[in-house]
Amino acid sequence: MGRLLVFLGGQLAAFFIQVFQMFCYGVQCVTEMRHLYLYRHQIIGQCYTVGVGSLPLVCLISAFSGMAIAIQTAYQMEAYVPDYMVGALMVRSVILVLSPILLGLVLAGRVGAGVASELGTMKVSEQVDALTSMAVDPVGYLMLPRIIAGAIMVPILVIYSFLVANICGFGMSMIKMAITPTELVKGMKLYFEMYDVFVGLVKSVVYGSLLTFMGSYMGLCTAGGAQGVGRAATAAVVISSALVLILDYFLTHALLY
Amino acid sequence: MANETAIEFVEVFKSFEAQPVLKGLDLWIPRSEITTILGPSGCGKSVTLKHMIGIERADEGKVVVAGYDMARIRRSELIALRKRIGVLFQSSALFDSMTVKENVAFGLRMHTRMSEEEIAERVHVCLDAVRLAGTEARMPVELSGGMRKRAALARAIAMEPDFILYDEPTTGLDPNTSSVVGDYILKLQSELNVTSVVVTHDMPLARRVSDRVALLYDGKAVVQGAMEDVEAANNEFFELFVQGKLG
Repeated sequence: MGRLLVFLGGQLAAFFIQVFQMFCYGVQCVTEMRHLYLYRHQIIGQCYTVGVGSLPLVCLISAFSGMAIAIQTAYQMEAYVPDYMVGALMVRSVILVLSPILLGLVLAGRVGAGVASELGTMKVSEQVDALTSMAVDPVGYLMLPRIIAGAIMVPILVIYSFLVANICGFGMSMIKMAITPTELVKGMKLYFEMYDVFVGLVKSVVYGSLLTFMGSYMGLCTAGGAQGVGRAATAAVVISSALVLILDYFLTHALLY
Repeated sequence: MANETAIEFVEVFKSFEAQPVLKGLDLWIPRSEITTILGPSGCGKSVTLKHMIGIERADEGKVVVAGYDMARIRRSELIALRKRIGVLFQSSALFDSMTVKENVAFGLRMHTRMSEEEIAERVHVCLDAVRLAGTEARMPVELSGGMRKRAALARAIAMEPDFILYDEPTTGLDPNTSSVVGDYILKLQSELNVTSVVVTHDMPLARRVSDRVALLYDGKAVVQGAMEDVEAANNEFFELFVQGKLG
């Protein structure tokens, strides 16, 4: 029993140390924002990597998710509600839930793991120490541009995902379920609210910053060679994905109720 | 200028997760000379070097670099000090997403207001000094181990530093390339009149380039002084190290 308590105490202490360390990195990022101009090239480069680099994947998953959600909505509702409601429900589901969460999870894998392994490799090959020795702050030079790129590009990807998912869902509804375009557009117009788009975008800014922060943090804290890089990438994906789902609850609650 | 203190360690202790590495290290490094820190693997040589650039902080004791107490140095002073130090890392640590030119130009772009033409000229001079002119557009992965070391050396001298720290400069290199690296250490010392600290366990390199040596063992400097004095002193630890029996 005593050993168990010591073990749990140790784990709890390690957890709080990690949280405190993350907080310190966060504060350092905010402080480094005064040198934003100095890091402009890195920010542009990271925007390209996070945004343009993720475009094909986002396109693919949004198209198939949009079609799946259209079929599912029609399947669940066709006996109870008029056809135009399929359009209404599809749009709201895509904007509020599907695009932000799905993209958050997929990008936690693609961007979060990529950032963690890139920075982790830099850490174990002394490139981060080289930056420090050259009087360049690794948090400002490596972490901050990635977080800013995440906060800017993930919302843009989410808007793109809204469009692709809705267009594909629209097409699927017409082809497979013989719902007329007029009915679909009527439903979309009837229940579309700009506030829903705002909620989706707020979520995506939070997820974009979060997954790049976690990736960068795990990368910069890497120790122990190739195995350490693997561990950092896994931890970045697992923690980011869990936090996306947990934060989704709190954000939805705060913004919609 | 000679015999002025450049770097000093006074009773420095450092541990990593309760594993002591430095156990009361006293070390004196004079200005404008080449000091070699010798020692078997794992004796704390690289950790000592990292204290000199403020990447590691001592748990106890005092590290003074260029007159600054590293425990009390202000952030702005530390940044200014780091600009005066060039470091050649054991693994070269070239930024692998950048070309050789971008690597060498990195410090100049971040810390100076030099124009692109001036930067290109300076990069050319530095690469020429290590006989790597013409490799500007190549990526680090396209270079051999020796070329990477030389490119890293070009990067280390680009900001015209007052100190150059070499962390195991010949590790992983064949004897010929090691000899070439030794040549560059001497050449840069004579041309730039910098304070050089070479961390190595390569005895032929130490004999060739050192003005002074310090032998680290079990977290302490067991012997230090001018190279010829240390060799003549018949120190027990030094003899064992030379015979490859220490550690």
